[in-house]
Amino acid sequence: MEHFGFLWAAYSIIFTVIFLYVVFIWRRQSRIESTISALEAKMAELDAASNRKRQN
Amino acid sequence: MTSRTANLLGLLVLALMLTAVFMVFYWVPTEADQGIVQRIFYFHVACAWVAFAAFGLVAICGILFLWLGQQIFDHLGYASAEIGMVFCTLVLVTGSLWAKPIWGTWWTWDSRLTTTLILWLLYGGYLMLRTMGDDTPQVARFGAVVGIVAAADVPVIIVSVRLWRTIHPAVLVTKQGGHGLQDPRMVVALLVSLAAFTVLFLWILMLRVALLRAGSRLHKLAGEIALANAALEDA
Repeated sequence: MEHFGFLWAAYSIIFTVIFLYVVFIWRRQSRIESTISALEAKMAELDAASNRKRQN
Repeated sequence: MTSRTANLLGLLVLALMLTAVFMVFYWVPTEADQGIVQRIFYFHVACAWVAFAAFGLVAICGILFLWLGQQIFDHLGYASAEIGMVFCTLVLVTGSLWAKPIWGTWWTWDSRLTTTLILWLLYGGYLMLRTMGDDTPQVARFGAVVGIVAAADVPVIIVSVRLWRTIHPAVLVTKQGGHGLQDPRMVVALLVSLAAFTVLFLWILMLRVALLRAGSRLHKLAGEIALANAALEDA
């Protein structure tokens, strides 16, 4: 089992980097989606306010 | 593509990865000269394959974006460059971890290593341009050109072991023809690793493109709200 440390390090680095990259993408995606939901709600409010002003 | 497709692809990645890991650690025989450290090779080559495929896709998407001007090609190219950069980094790191016990050094200015480092630096420049530049069509066009030019290094890396004197092993195609793998199980393990990383690449690409599209939608929505606010204040 000579040089087992190098083998272990190589595979650990590969899996850690890929895992962290995918988690980074997922977290950013969920953050952006929640911001989009908030902005859509705000847009709907603005539309409603604009319609009320037009009716008045 | 739907999240259902992404989930299915994610499960396929998991299944293929577990199979590849089983093969690499339990199924393939230990190489006679290099010993256990040769097992780094299976995922090292698979990472290199993904990096080259990703950078090739950047060039293709760059050409299509310059030609057709559709944003989806810009998103695909940008996402692909980022993924290629991650896997190119893994190639350099795992290559060094293999080189230390085999060559006795972490790094040498060998033709294949040097051209790979050049590729990494070129796409580092591409990502700096995209990150620091605004989200404008002009930056996207500059990026497309840089992506196309940088991809020219990929075929140079592939043929470098045949063109120049090198100490890097020519595993897939040797100078004498044929491949450098002694046992058929090594070939099967390599092919399974390549399949696992190809599906992994497609899965991450799908996630990353979805993120870029969501970012564009957010940008557009913020602009619409600013306009709606201004119109409401004017009314």
